[in-house]
Amino acid sequence: MTTRRQFLNQTAALAGIALAPGVMLYDLAHARPTGESASGKVRWGMLIDTNQCSADCDDCVTACNTENGLSGGKKSTDSQWIRKIELKDLRTGRQTALPMMCQHCAEPPCVDVCPTQASFKRADGIVLVDKHRCIGCRYCMMACPYKARSFVHEPLHDQKTDVPRGQGTVEACTLCVHRVDRGLQPACVEACTKAGHQAILFGDLNDPQSEIAQKVRSVASVQVRADLRLDPGIRYQGL
Amino acid sequence: MSIHTQKLRTPLFYSLLATAGLVVLLGLYAVSLMEHHGHIITGMNNQIVWGMPHVFAIFMIVAASGVLNIAAIGSVFGKAVYKARAPLAGMLSIALLAGGLFVLMLDLGRNDRIIVAATNFNPTSVFAWNLPLYSGLFTLVALYMWTLLERRMNRWIKPVGLAVFTWRIMLTTGTGLIFAFLVARQAYGSAILPPMFIVMSFGWGMAVFLVVQSAMYRWNDKAHDPVVLNRMKNLLGIFVLGSLFLVAVYHLTNLYFARQTEFEHFILGEGGIYPGLFWLGYVLLGSLLPLLLVFHPRLGQIKCVVAASLLVILGSFALLYVFIIGGQAFPLSIFPGYVASSSFGDGQIANYAPSLPEFLLGFAGLAVAFLMTTIGVRVLTALLPHDTQDQHHD
Repeated sequence: MTTRRQFLNQTAALAGIALAPGVMLYDLAHARPTGESASGKVRWGMLIDTNQCSADCDDCVTACNTENGLSGGKKSTDSQWIRKIELKDLRTGRQTALPMMCQHCAEPPCVDVCPTQASFKRADGIVLVDKHRCIGCRYCMMACPYKARSFVHEPLHDQKTDVPRGQGTVEACTLCVHRVDRGLQPACVEACTKAGHQAILFGDLNDPQSEIAQKVRSVASVQVRADLRLDPGIRYQGL
Repeated sequence: MSIHTQKLRTPLFYSLLATAGLVVLLGLYAVSLMEHHGHIITGMNNQIVWGMPHVFAIFMIVAASGVLNIAAIGSVFGKAVYKARAPLAGMLSIALLAGGLFVLMLDLGRNDRIIVAATNFNPTSVFAWNLPLYSGLFTLVALYMWTLLERRMNRWIKPVGLAVFTWRIMLTTGTGLIFAFLVARQAYGSAILPPMFIVMSFGWGMAVFLVVQSAMYRWNDKAHDPVVLNRMKNLLGIFVLGSLFLVAVYHLTNLYFARQTEFEHFILGEGGIYPGLFWLGYVLLGSLLPLLLVFHPRLGQIKCVVAASLLVILGSFALLYVFIIGGQAFPLSIFPGYVASSSFGDGQIANYAPSLPEFLLGFAGLAVAFLMTTIGVRVLTALLPHDTQDQHHD
């Protein structure tokens, strides 16, 4: 004879099995179908909580390097798409650590200055470099207020098929566009969550129901060098 | 000029050609190494993204525009002494611009794709604006030289000269704007940069012209007219003073803004090689000493004028090195009010040591300009300025 408790457990399990594919499908439905343009209704962004970011953790950096096939080298000629910055307030002495990468500005200076339109902003706010158009003049690197871009100084080997790179061209954080288009989170966000810090929240800033939109409405956050009015898509909390 | 001297000069001409050609070949070899190994073999990196090639290229592009002043004084303002020099000035302008662009283009990470700059023109990019400005200058100066050298076209000298003058001001404005439009770097992003570059171009162009004229005279056994030389050296002195004035205003405005004083202390005082090059290279050797050489009552002879011109050129390289490389070496202020540190050079003074391939490329650009001028003067003997007594009084 099945007890009431057993019956409820079995029902819950069955419901779980029945619902799981649906939930998966719901997730996949968030992915952009192949061939469809990025939507201007979406503004991808991040909210980085510096209070949650640990100074001695660089899982986001490692995950970025692995995901995008970067060497992880720290020479001045090596590409670093994301880096950890340690800050000390000059007046109070308070110390902060945070990840810094392309801020995916709404008014990106790199796009303005690029002579060949290789630097461009997608409709959904992701700033990218077209590796087939970039002539390697590095003017965008001069123009970026966040020093977010790197120039490929050496021949490349073992590239990732999802992440095109090229010697003699400029590159930067793509917000893991290849993952985002599949409905996944950027690699750094996933790594930060996995490490238990949950310092990076990723989502659509334009969707009022999204977690990020709700959070930026309720907590104080800032854009770095907001005085430049570039309207970055990356916001920082606790600065 | 006798047949005898012509024969004597031929071996000199070919040896000059061979030497310059070798320098160009060495530069091309450096470029092939950079293509093969990547920019890792240069001193440039992710912090100092523009290096020695840009110092050479910008010097040549600015001087290419400045040298046209001589043509403008002749054709637009009607001074006969300068009119006689307009063809050589035009030739030098084309040669210097070609040399500068040679360096700039070959330093690109993907110089094989340069055509993309024409097929995907970005109207908001100052770099893109500069491309029609460069090709326009080539075309206008070529047209201008035609009006000068072809008698039937002489009546067009003044309007075409005026167009060249207007265009060269626009071109140097464009060069200054490359830096003036950089919003976030302390060294740049100032509206004074285009006028500063224009005034600097006057002096650099005049200095290059005086050196080239003197060499061409020497190689062709011609003597300098002392009256003409006197006028030109005085003008060089005035241009050097003008350049000093604008550079001083640029630094003074920066010193006045609290957010900029740290940068000024770096570039003028504590920044190691940069203040050294600024004060010793640009101010003392590149400006004050030339002023003494051209204005001192006991000096001012041809040797002094050539020495002063060479020093002005040296000073311009020092100033550009400080401006371009020193400007990038000072850390970007991403978090004002904080001390920053990272694996990517945040909060640190960036290191840069120019490498041999960069110098080879830079000198190759100068050699391209030299080759074009030397061949030009040999083919078109009318390029060599001829002075007559009645020019002196206009």
